[in-house]
Parts: sequence; C-alpha cells; structure tokens
Amino acid sequence: MDNYPVLIVVAPFMTALFAGLFIWIEERLSYPIVLTGLAVSVFSAVNVLLRVIASGTIQYNMAGWPPPIGIEYRIDLLNAMVLCLVSGVAFLNLIASYRSVQQEISDRTGAYYTVYNLFVTGLLGVTITGDLFNLYVLIEITSLTSYAQVAMGDRDRGPLASLNYIFIGVIGASFYLLGVGYLYMFTGSLNMVDVAVIIKDSQGSSTVLVAFILCILGVWIKMALFPMHVWLPNAYSYSPVVFSRAVAPLMTKVMVYVMIRLMITVFGYDYLFQKLQISDAVVWVATIAVLAGGIMALAQKNLKKMLAYIIVCEIGYMVGGAWLGNRLGMTGAILHIMNDALMTFALFLGVGNMIYRQKSVDLTDLRGLFGKMPWTMGGFVLAALSIIGVPPTCGFFSKWYLLLGAFEKGAYHFAAALIISSLICAVLFFRVFEICFFEPMPHGHENLHSHGIIEEAPVSMLVVSGIVSFFLIFAGLYSGTIVNTIILPFLG
Amino acid sequence: MSDLLSLIIAKYNYWLYVILMMIGLYAMIAKNNLIKKIVGMNIFQTAIILFYVSIGYKTNATIPIIKSADTGHGMVVRAADYINPLTSCLMLTAIVVSVATFGFAMALTVRIYRRYQTLEEDELRMRLSE
Repeated sequence: MDNYPVLIVVAPFMTALFAGLFIWIEERLSYPIVLTGLAVSVFSAVNVLLRVIASGTIQYNMAGWPPPIGIEYRIDLLNAMVLCLVSGVAFLNLIASYRSVQQEISDRTGAYYTVYNLFVTGLLGVTITGDLFNLYVLIEITSLTSYAQVAMGDRDRGPLASLNYIFIGVIGASFYLLGVGYLYMFTGSLNMVDVAVIIKDSQGSSTVLVAFILCILGVWIKMALFPMHVWLPNAYSYSPVVFSRAVAPLMTKVMVYVMIRLMITVFGYDYLFQKLQISDAVVWVATIAVLAGGIMALAQKNLKKMLAYIIVCEIGYMVGGAWLGNRLGMTGAILHIMNDALMTFALFLGVGNMIYRQKSVDLTDLRGLFGKMPWTMGGFVLAALSIIGVPPTCGFFSKWYLLLGAFEKGAYHFAAALIISSLICAVLFFRVFEICFFEPMPHGHENLHSHGIIEEAPVSMLVVSGIVSFFLIFAGLYSGTIVNTIILPFLG
Repeated sequence: MSDLLSLIIAKYNYWLYVILMMIGLYAMIAKNNLIKKIVGMNIFQTAIILFYVSIGYKTNATIPIIKSADTGHGMVVRAADYINPLTSCLMLTAIVVSVATFGFAMALTVRIYRRYQTLEEDELRMRLSE
C-alpha cells in the first residue's frame, strides 16, 4: 500500500476528532479510539522507516498534486527515524497515561485524549512535511494543543504558565512565519527542496539572510535555547504529568529536528558554514546553554523543575553539535535527538509514577522512595545514568560523538562544557538518590511499620517504564548500527 | 536625505509592518495588564498578515479571477495583470491560527481572573509569591 506516509498523520488526527465526538456519546470509548489511532501511526511509521532504509527517500504528493504546487511529504532517513520515535513515545505514553489521567484530570478525560492526539498529529506533521508553510501550520497546531494541556494542570499556576507560554510561543512561530515570507518573496516557492535549489546560486542576497535569521531565531525560541528558555520550566512543571511526559521528550526534540532540516535541506552547509561563518558564535551560545542549564538545575528544589532545566542543558548539546559543522558533530546531534527523547521519557515516566503515589515531587518528599517503589526507582536510576553518560546506556554514545566532533573542530570550550555538565548531572542525580535511598521516610516511628511495604505504581505504568529502560540499553548497544544504517547514509 | 526619504516611501509597506510589529512586541513585553498583552500579541500577528498580503500586491493588477478563460487560442493570460493569490490564501490559515490563539488566551484570562480577582501582572506575582 502506498498511503502509509499519510496514514501516519491522518490516523491520530481522525481518531482525535472521533474521540472528541464520543465525549457526548460515551466518554469511556475515547481512550480506546485514540489508542487505536496512535497504534496505526506507529505501525505505519515503522513500515515507512523500513521502506526508506531499503529503497531510499519516499515522496508523497498530497492529493496527487506534484510539488511545488502541491504539498509534498518527503520522507528520508532522518524524518523516518524521528517519526518512529515520536509516534512510539506518544503511543507508550498513552498506555501509561490511562491511570494517571483518571487520577489527575478525571473530569475531562475525553477532552484530554482529543487534545493529546491533536498534539501528536502536529508533531508528526512537522516531522513529515516537505513544505515550509505547512510546517508553520503544524507547529501552531502543536503549540495550541500544548497550551491547552498546560492549562489543564496545576489549578493555581497552570493557566498563568500557559499564558506566558502562549506569548513566547506566538513570538517564536511568528518569526518563523516571517522568515518563510521572505523566502517566498525571493523564490516564489514553499517547497523545501525547490527553495533550496533556487537559493543555491544567490547566497549573497540579503533577503535570504533575513529569512535565515528569522527562521532560525523562531525555531530557537520554540526549542528554548538558553537565553530564550524562560517559558519552559514553568510550562513543563505546572502541566499535568501525563502531558509533561509527552512534551518533554518530544516538543524540543522535534524543534531541533526542524533546525537540522532547515540547515541541511533548505539553506545548505555551504551557505551556513562558508558564507555566513557564524558557527563559532552559535557553538559558544550552546556552550553557555549547557552550563547555564546545569547550574540552574542545581538550584531547584522540585524534581520536575530540575528535569526541565536539564532539558535546557540538553538542547545546548544538540544545537552545539549541529553547528560544529563536521560530520561527527552532526551525527552526535542527530543520535542525541533519539537518545535524549528516550532518556527524558524514561525520567518523566519515573516522575509520573512517583506523582501517582506521592502527589508531590519536591525533593524532600522523596525520602525512602527506594523502599517504597523499587521498580520505579530502578528505571529512574537507569535513565539518570544515561543522562550522566555512563556506558552502555545510550546517553554515552551520543555524547561521545559530540565530544569527538568538538575535538575535531577544535571547540575545546564546548567539549569542556559537555564534560562539566555530565559532572553536574552526576551531582544532581546522586543527590536525588541519596535522598531516596538513605534518608528515612517521613513520620518518625511509623517508619518501622511501613518499612518494606511496597506501594508501586500501576502495572501499565511499570510495564512502559520497563520497555523504555530496555530501549535505553538497546539503543546504546546498537548505536553503531543506528549510525551506520540511518545517520551516515543520511549525511551522505 | 532624499535618498532615505525615497527609500521609505518606496517600501512603505515594510516600514508599516515593522512599526506595527514593534508596537505589538512592546505591548507584549512592557504592559502590565494581561488583556493589553494579548491585544499586543494580536497586533503582532496582524502585522505579519499585512506583510504577507502586501508582498502579493502588484500595481494596476486585479483580483486573480481570469475572465473568459475558455477562449484558449490567441488569448494570453498575463501574470502581471493579476495579484498573487497565494499569499492571501496562506494568510487565511494564519488568521485562523491567530483567532484560535486569541480566543484561547482570552479563555485563560477568564480562568485567571476567577482564581485571583485581578489581571495585573504585578499583583498576580504578589499573590503567587504569598
């Protein structure tokens, strides 16, 4: 069947609409409906990935209109990998979400599932599309649905966090839209490949320069690169945990993908690294982002906020790696998109399980948690080791490529920042482990009775944690295969 | 001086959109009231819509509906006679997006007002830090 590419996006979209209708008919059916949609999406994405590996880039013309007039879905190895990642993480998160949603947002389950599937539709659409304006529209779909989900969280602070997120999100998306406008003025086309062919010979044009600056700035705001990160910690930590689990691994990573897509497919290496020569400055910004994210994470008293600042730090890794301007750095950045999504997902799954039992994840509430939730903490420790970068977990390998890239470029400051941030992460997580393991549970002598009583999270959540932990090791052990079959052929 | 003036006049649409955009950005950053911020956001988005529509415009051109297109032979449709419809079409989508964002932001302010009885940002910050 030739319609797998479009099924990836349409299945979650249509099921979201049906789930929305079923709120009024039979709300309990919303969940199986959205789950089916995402299952179809995962199946199609894996299918497409296998086909792309076997026979190269797939071009799918929407409604049979060929580009540059029609909208084209263009799936190469990078897209296909990110599509599998996004649909897989979204699907697993939905499985783990069932009990949390019942607990956290029990009065609006149907609405939540509808918005969640629209959010995933947006992310998948951003990843798959080959059209610059289509990308903007799908970014806005993703953003609008994520504003809604943030607002469903903390009753006191959720709406305000969501509103601040809207202001920044609108500025980011509008800059991108403006950049696309300038590209359209210059080329008269919105198809990425078409635009790339037309601007290839006119690299001195100031219109292209303005377009480039606006697009990249918009994407940086959306991905929360360091000086523009202020919205992220509040938005992620006041949203319901079912949503933080999806948005933390996916949103920023998809935006990094968009940046890499703009760099490689639209503007091209020659323009970025020979003509503009801003890569040194960007690598410096990324270096500062890595360090600042780590240091701000140290100051946090709440586990969810601490993880949010670690995301800011990880964004620095990927931006820095992509802008090193050599194959090793870009390989590291692309591999880190996958690994970081897995690691962050695993960490937030742990947080989700804790919140299910504990209600609050301030660091002081975590005392004695190893005894109470051993399986959850096992998964959390593995994810934390991966973030720190201990082999054979996957976090080590992408960091290794980034380091090699930094040394090849001579960007020793970036290499130093990578190593220092690993140390900071080690300090951060061992502080958490210490609290969870050594400090006794609250309520003094009750400790004696409650000691050894295991209050684990529901099985569905533990199973998902287990699957993701397996993938952390699996992606680590097979990172060589992933690099050789997906990333290196993509970079050419 | 006259060079500058002619530059401004020749490209007045760009100057207009930049000025509008800066007004919107200023309101979003500097205003204390949440409703004013949201209005600023709307001005910001509208500026970009104006920019897009203005780049599709051509002097002495008409709307892009081709009269008597069926004659086929001998009649040439000159692109210069018709404005570029694509930018306007794109902006229909952008308008939908901006309306959705605007409506959603308004709904949020209602919830914030019900919870805190104020929409001034400094008062909200005081209430939150209590």
